[in-house]
Amino acid sequence: MTTGDGRMPATPQRRTPSCSPATSESAAGPADDIVLDLRDVHRTHGSGPAAVHALRGVSLAVRPGELIAVMGPSGSGKSTLLTLAGGLDSPTAGEVHVEGQPLHALDRRGLARLRRRRIGYIFQNLNLIGSLTAVENVALPLELDGSRVRTARRLALDALTEVGLTELGDRFPDQLSGGQQQRVAIARALVGQRRLVLADEPTGALDSQTGEAVLRLLRRRVDAGAAGVLVTHEARHAAWADRVVFLRDGVAVDSTAPLAGVEALLSGSGR
Amino acid sequence: MSIRHGLLALLERGQMYGYQLRAAFEESTGSTWPLNIGQVYTTLSRLERDGLVRSLPESASGQRPYEITDAGRADLALWFATPISRTDRPRDELAIKLALALTTPGVDVRSVVQTQRTATMRALQELTRLKYSSDNPDDLPWRLVLDAMVFHAEAEVRWLDHCESSLVRHRPPAAGPTPLSEAVGHSGEEARR
Repeated sequence: MTTGDGRMPATPQRRTPSCSPATSESAAGPADDIVLDLRDVHRTHGSGPAAVHALRGVSLAVRPGELIAVMGPSGSGKSTLLTLAGGLDSPTAGEVHVEGQPLHALDRRGLARLRRRRIGYIFQNLNLIGSLTAVENVALPLELDGSRVRTARRLALDALTEVGLTELGDRFPDQLSGGQQQRVAIARALVGQRRLVLADEPTGALDSQTGEAVLRLLRRRVDAGAAGVLVTHEARHAAWADRVVFLRDGVAVDSTAPLAGVEALLSGSGR
Repeated sequence: MSIRHGLLALLERGQMYGYQLRAAFEESTGSTWPLNIGQVYTTLSRLERDGLVRSLPESASGQRPYEITDAGRADLALWFATPISRTDRPRDELAIKLALALTTPGVDVRSVVQTQRTATMRALQELTRLKYSSDNPDDLPWRLVLDAMVFHAEAEVRWLDHCESSLVRHRPPAAGPTPLSEAVGHSGEEARR
């Protein structure tokens, strides 16, 4: 808000992202600090003249405390990028590393374990299980990973509290509003020790207030030390990120980071 | 919006002198519209000339407060009741710039679009950071001003995306002049006109 004497508002205190467009290259900064590292990743569907080149040489490094938004028109490769980052698909060429582990070197069980323990994935269609309560949905990845039921439930309740749903843990998905279901999906992605959060259009069809609440949650988790990638086609949502990468036809055409100061922006806007 | 109506709205809260009006104006616009004290006094004297405010005797500290008149209240009520006319808004320099870029030889329109989108996206990121840092529910007027700027910037990015897609699909008629987006974007040669 404004200061008492009516001068410019203070510059926000949020951490200044350590990124610039140049850091989209994985060569920038110490490699051991990188949570997600895409190295010249290609993904081609099909072959011959019918081949579709979804990604054509994208490199991206995401560090703890950094939220990256990926924007681009339909078919630009945004969702492909996210599925590769989450180990749900494999690149045709190039490498994906999560917390220093090259995904191509892991067998199926190793990859599944990494996904359960380290990667939180918020799907566009939520993928909540209708026959499980909110808290059971959130606890599921922990239980699948061998946690005791009681421990998993406690951590799930913590995650539900983090998204503001402490009281609704025993409800089934169809007893929750769209925004509440979305928050359950986020709690499931954040539960436990996940260092990498991947979100595919997480605000979906939510109204602007609820959508913003979802982004605040994501932002808060990233500020607490996770690395995040947010795929969205809405600039207003992408603006919650430290850096915005624009994809077109499978290539990163542009990348942006916030300006150093906001004062010039505000004083220039009202004229 | 005019400073006139801003000052009238503030005086509707009670009498104020120039410096108070300036501070209150900036407070209620989230400092997005800084005023200098000269603008405040010039506007006040015009409002007084038009009978919309009246000046009161100077206080002991030498400040001269102003109060709104009935005519001023009527003018303010009319302003609140009347939608803002789109023709009163400043012309969109960006739209004009892109239209000119398309018809000016040697201009890489895609690059113009991309440069602007990066700049607007950065502005949007900064505005969002401000929003994130201001969670005080008492700040509603400020947050709504900020939201207006966010939505405007978002609309601009959407429009630039639309421009980019339109440029990709744009195919000039064979016999006509070569659009620069094609000529410059692909081969770098000068467009014929």
